[in-house]
Amino acid sequence: MGIVTDAWAWLTTGAHWTGEEGIGQRLAEHVYVSGAALLIAAAIALPLGLWLGHLGRGGALAVNVSNVGRAVPVFAVLALFMVSPLRNAGYVPTVVALVLFAIPPLLTNAYVGMREVDRAAVRAARGMGMTGGQLFLRVELPLARPVVMTGVRSAAVQVIATATVAAMVGQGGLGRIITAGFALYDTAQVVAGAVLVALLALLVEAVLAGADRLLSGPARARGMKT
Amino acid sequence: MSTPNCLVTNDWICGEYLRTRSEELTEATLQHVGITVVSVLLALLVAVPLALLVRAKPRFAGPVLGLTTLLYTVPSLAMFSLLLPVFGLSAALVVTGLVLYALTILVRNTLAGLDAVPAETREAARGMGYGSWRLLWQVELPLALPVLMAGIRMATVSTIALTTVGSVVGRGGLGNLIEDALPTFFKAQVLAASVLCVLLAVTADLLLLGLQRLLTPWARIRTAPGGA
Repeated sequence: MGIVTDAWAWLTTGAHWTGEEGIGQRLAEHVYVSGAALLIAAAIALPLGLWLGHLGRGGALAVNVSNVGRAVPVFAVLALFMVSPLRNAGYVPTVVALVLFAIPPLLTNAYVGMREVDRAAVRAARGMGMTGGQLFLRVELPLARPVVMTGVRSAAVQVIATATVAAMVGQGGLGRIITAGFALYDTAQVVAGAVLVALLALLVEAVLAGADRLLSGPARARGMKT
Repeated sequence: MSTPNCLVTNDWICGEYLRTRSEELTEATLQHVGITVVSVLLALLVAVPLALLVRAKPRFAGPVLGLTTLLYTVPSLAMFSLLLPVFGLSAALVVTGLVLYALTILVRNTLAGLDAVPAETREAARGMGYGSWRLLWQVELPLALPVLMAGIRMATVSTIALTTVGSVVGRGGLGNLIEDALPTFFKAQVLAASVLCVLLAVTADLLLLGLQRLLTPWARIRTAPGGA
């Protein structure tokens, strides 16, 4: 257990938290790039996936786009940016690489969630004379929400874990703590970096799960009324 | 844009590069394929018994699924760095890390596949006198195959992508070429290695899809309308 106490000692050393290369700065960078990437990816993938699911068309397209997306290594995308003029664009390369990485799980789950809505409920809503928009907002979306949110949570965890790869091309984020520790043969620092990333991922997952539970109350009540 | 000079002008696409470094590219591709194949096969060898254990003894479900999910939150960069003291600079290090990641997907899909076997089918097989091994081999595993194969495809594609991160310890297949090209901004090499990576993943996915269709002829009719 020596390595755990060493990592704890590294984490609790005040000097490691401050400065340009400190944990505070690296954590802020990590949260910024992951958060921006998730928001942008969600803004693209969720409407598209939900819409395709509502139409019940383009499923093969959504799934294939996701499979190809999974096949593109984040490291390769980052490297391509770093040998192009975009390397001077600050956080843009990392955010774009992570957006491409986050779209597949979001898109697949949004589409699958919509398609898995009980067809009987959809037919009943249509029979009650609901328009496409009403059907989408009052029936399909509330019923699809658990699957869609599972996609959001798993995308968040994957993006936070994968944002560390940015350090391999010299970009910021908690990955830099790991690569710096690796270069110094300082295993305690590598463990500390990994623990920080894992904790951040688990924290975000818990926050998203909590927010989902809070939001689900009113949505369910509204569904009951109609 | 004269061809022989594209190495000097550092073009994105360079025929001269592909010609002169074809040996290096082939070697990296073979390392990439080797690492991926070994990782996915080992992960499968661990995941299926684990899934069977979880199904037979449900009290193991929490710990096994929790542990494999927790492993997924460990960044690949850290995983490879942390395994270094154990394995030294070797392909075994990268393979171990990749096996751990693939487990998450494979254990879940094996369980989901087995759960999807209709209870009546199981009852019918038992009624016909099938023992638990014969039931597993001849009834449950074949019926679980579509979901299991979906997991294998997903695990293979993400393993091919993740292998590139192995370049941090010099065993990343095509990732090594990308890493080597970064300090000199060697565009042709980064692009060629990246494109090969994606091609590898797409090819593997299609081959596995073909294998799945060969292994489950009865499912072809059912999947045809959804796939079209």
